[in-house]
Amino acid sequence: MNLRYFPHTGDDIGEMLETIGVESIDDLFSAVPAHCRMDRAPGAPTALSEWDLSRRIEEMARTAGGDWKAFVGAGSQPHHIPAVVPALAGRSEFLTSYTPYQPEMGQGTLQAIFEFQTLIARLVGLEVANASMYDGATAMAESALMAQRATKRRNIVVSSLVHPHWRQVLETYLAPADDVAVAALPALPDGRTDLSALGCAADPAALVMQSPNFFGVVEDLGKAADAIHDAGGLFAAGFSEPFAYGILKTPGELGADIVFGDGQSLGQAQSFGGPGLGIMATKMEFVRQMPGRLVGETVDNRGQRGFVLTLSTREQHIRRAKAVSNICSNAGHSALTAAIFMAAAGRTGFRKLSRINRDLAEHLKKGLLRKGFTELFSAPTYNEFVLAAPDGFAAVHEALCRKRVLLGLPLEKYYPERAGAWLFGVTETTGKDEIDAILGEITL
Amino acid sequence: MSESSGKKIADQVGASGLALNEKLLWERGRPGRSGMSIPDAGVPETPLPAEIAGNGPNWPDLSELEVVRHYTRLSTWNFGVDTGVYPLGSCTMKYNPKINEKMASLPGFAGAHPLLPDDACQGALRVLHEMERLLADIVGLAAASLQPAAGAHGELCGMLMIAAHHRHAGAKKTKILMPDTAHGTNPATAAMCGYREVKVPIGVGGKLELAAVRELMDAETAGIMVTNPNTLGVFESELADISALIHERGGLVYADGANLNAIMGRVDMGKMGVDVVHFNLHKSMSTPHGGGGPGSGPVAVGEALVPYLPGPRIQFDGERYFLSDAQPLSIGRLHGFHGQFGTALRAYSYILSLGPEIRTASGLAVLNANYIRAKLKGHYDLPYDQSCMHECVFTDAKQKKFKVATLDIVKRLIDLGFHPPTVYFPLVVSGALMIEPTETEAKEDLDAFADAMIRIAREAEENPDILHAAPTRTKVGRLDETLAARKPVLTGDMTRD
Repeated sequence: MNLRYFPHTGDDIGEMLETIGVESIDDLFSAVPAHCRMDRAPGAPTALSEWDLSRRIEEMARTAGGDWKAFVGAGSQPHHIPAVVPALAGRSEFLTSYTPYQPEMGQGTLQAIFEFQTLIARLVGLEVANASMYDGATAMAESALMAQRATKRRNIVVSSLVHPHWRQVLETYLAPADDVAVAALPALPDGRTDLSALGCAADPAALVMQSPNFFGVVEDLGKAADAIHDAGGLFAAGFSEPFAYGILKTPGELGADIVFGDGQSLGQAQSFGGPGLGIMATKMEFVRQMPGRLVGETVDNRGQRGFVLTLSTREQHIRRAKAVSNICSNAGHSALTAAIFMAAAGRTGFRKLSRINRDLAEHLKKGLLRKGFTELFSAPTYNEFVLAAPDGFAAVHEALCRKRVLLGLPLEKYYPERAGAWLFGVTETTGKDEIDAILGEITL
Repeated sequence: MSESSGKKIADQVGASGLALNEKLLWERGRPGRSGMSIPDAGVPETPLPAEIAGNGPNWPDLSELEVVRHYTRLSTWNFGVDTGVYPLGSCTMKYNPKINEKMASLPGFAGAHPLLPDDACQGALRVLHEMERLLADIVGLAAASLQPAAGAHGELCGMLMIAAHHRHAGAKKTKILMPDTAHGTNPATAAMCGYREVKVPIGVGGKLELAAVRELMDAETAGIMVTNPNTLGVFESELADISALIHERGGLVYADGANLNAIMGRVDMGKMGVDVVHFNLHKSMSTPHGGGGPGSGPVAVGEALVPYLPGPRIQFDGERYFLSDAQPLSIGRLHGFHGQFGTALRAYSYILSLGPEIRTASGLAVLNANYIRAKLKGHYDLPYDQSCMHECVFTDAKQKKFKVATLDIVKRLIDLGFHPPTVYFPLVVSGALMIEPTETEAKEDLDAFADAMIRIAREAEENPDILHAAPTRTKVGRLDETLAARKPVLTGDMTRD
């Protein structure tokens, strides 16, 4: 089969070999010792045409889970993606370009990312955001490392109400350092983090929290900021649902020094959990300790406004072993996608979206309470919430799974002491009618 | 308007009247507009307590068309692989097939929640499992993980595994060997894992020599990080012997797969003694670079490191796929969920499209690079005058006497309609021009690129001012990077709606 991605004709190859002065393509591999050569044809057994490929992958897509209705967030939320978002982000001038190291050929990406940095800084209430990290979990791990550099301290205190997977990633990142203690703060009865245990780690570099936390509870960030600042550390506050900050006070105005999060909600498909969008922001006083690319405004030799990658003496390609992080590729296209989403929503649209997400979640919560569920936590929640299920709910959950509905996530898997507690979430993609229909299926 | 002033304006604003200006996002719009029509929820409003309620971000309000115009105009200021030749060394800017995008956007995948029960997402788990098998097979290793989110993340994964392996064996290691051709990510990654970099100078042919490694490899050294082919486009032909020595002295071998596009289906990493290699799916496996990411940096490992792979792992019992945490030595989790699933899916689509022709991809990539090398040799200094792999490295040594530097050469290339090669890297070559055409460029496009480079070499001699002034046909000219770093402006007006 003639492969559509290879332009070379037999004549082309012949002429090129002649120019090079060798007999065959294999001759160009003479530097590979015979005992290191691949002696079989690896990879897929046959090359597939576009139609055979589509048939095969479409078949797999049918059982991938995209047709499930999940009343669960836990770090991945279904939101409506306006048609303009993929249409614009998919423009191949954006999609098929590299990191804009040659700024004259990448002003489109550079201006869009400068705008992204600005929109994110405004969203979280801080002075500067970077051009993105891989995902929320890695942004959180890098926030902890950044706080260690900025404070010249080592120990990290993390709330046990941060997404369990994100805490696991933090542990993986900190594993090589045998001089770092990671202490976890327990939950208070109201579902917020118990800050009284903050003293359990000496000289903390950072307190790491998430709000809304894994239980959907809005934390008292202001109180947490005061507590860690009194202990001489930095406050790193994060989120897995940026929609919360359409109607909540920002972590920045409540005292966060570093903000991390995942921006998947901002126009990206859930896509089985990746790519996401790692968000990271800070105050200007800490910018030189922040990892990741930064776009800055400048002027060109004709006096026009333009944008370049800047402060790169923090980065691995300049500073090598002394770089603040090894990150190179980021989530640039996800950041562009998020910027387009934020532009399409605007403040007016985003506030309304944020509000109806909260109201729909409260509607589901009230409905479940009427069905015999009970509240475990008294503090306010956003979009997600934890309830104790009545006897017999596990069977209802099973029955709904057969209809491709995932109604809640059992917390026991992540918090063994919380058997019988379930995490629920809902977004604007599930209307009142659908919520009421699901509630109608719960007969206990 | 006179002809001369007309020409001057054309020079200022671009090659044609289609280079349109565009304001910053918040210089457009009016408060109260929205690009989304959002219906009421039809449920009662549940107010938030005043102490936590905020005002929402001061983002500008734009209509849908304003948003469309804004980003459409910005896109026209960008150059991508779809626009033209993009021979950026070490970055493998090959064509990104459209079918891959279509496959990744199938609703079955795009709408899948990552925490679905295993039985609900068999198709997605199967993609990941098959991709792991394919990647391990392509390099000749035992197993793979798709959790790492980018190349540098794959490096981190690999080095964390090596560190865990040594820790488990009770061996104290403080150092790691690294050839001086290494990418900056290698020393940065080693530092994150607590290892001090020990530089190994490259030998006369631009490659690593067993003798140099023998001198430096000791009991305190964790192993070596090596890119093969290296960043000079030279195959490290002594690597198998070097690996044997490293293993003999208690170390492990990390292979940086940034340049894998040269050797797919042609070199067996297992036979070279590699313990772990990372892939850049956004390079060799054709997924788009997206202006900086997202990439995907899976790792493949030999038997020694299989127990240390990130968890949970994706297993298959012959009937169903499932996630398993039953790996006590695992380094743990590296990503919030399962890695860059959408990117892996694009790469899966690519690998299935190529089948056994993946070997041909590497063959043609090496052919194209050698063709460029042969065409430009004589016009530009070639510090290592030998057959190359997927990329060739020239310098500005011949142009220096005309006061023309690498930067001037590549800025002129922009005016002639080509993306510049990678410049000033690798660091071991002064004024490097690192050219990687990839296999998807046709001979006539390579000829056009070579002709442009030859023309620039002539211009350097005859009229260097053209080069110093370049680029003149872009939306903006050379930008003041010093100003940007000295007085950082990293956000726009924070108060304006």
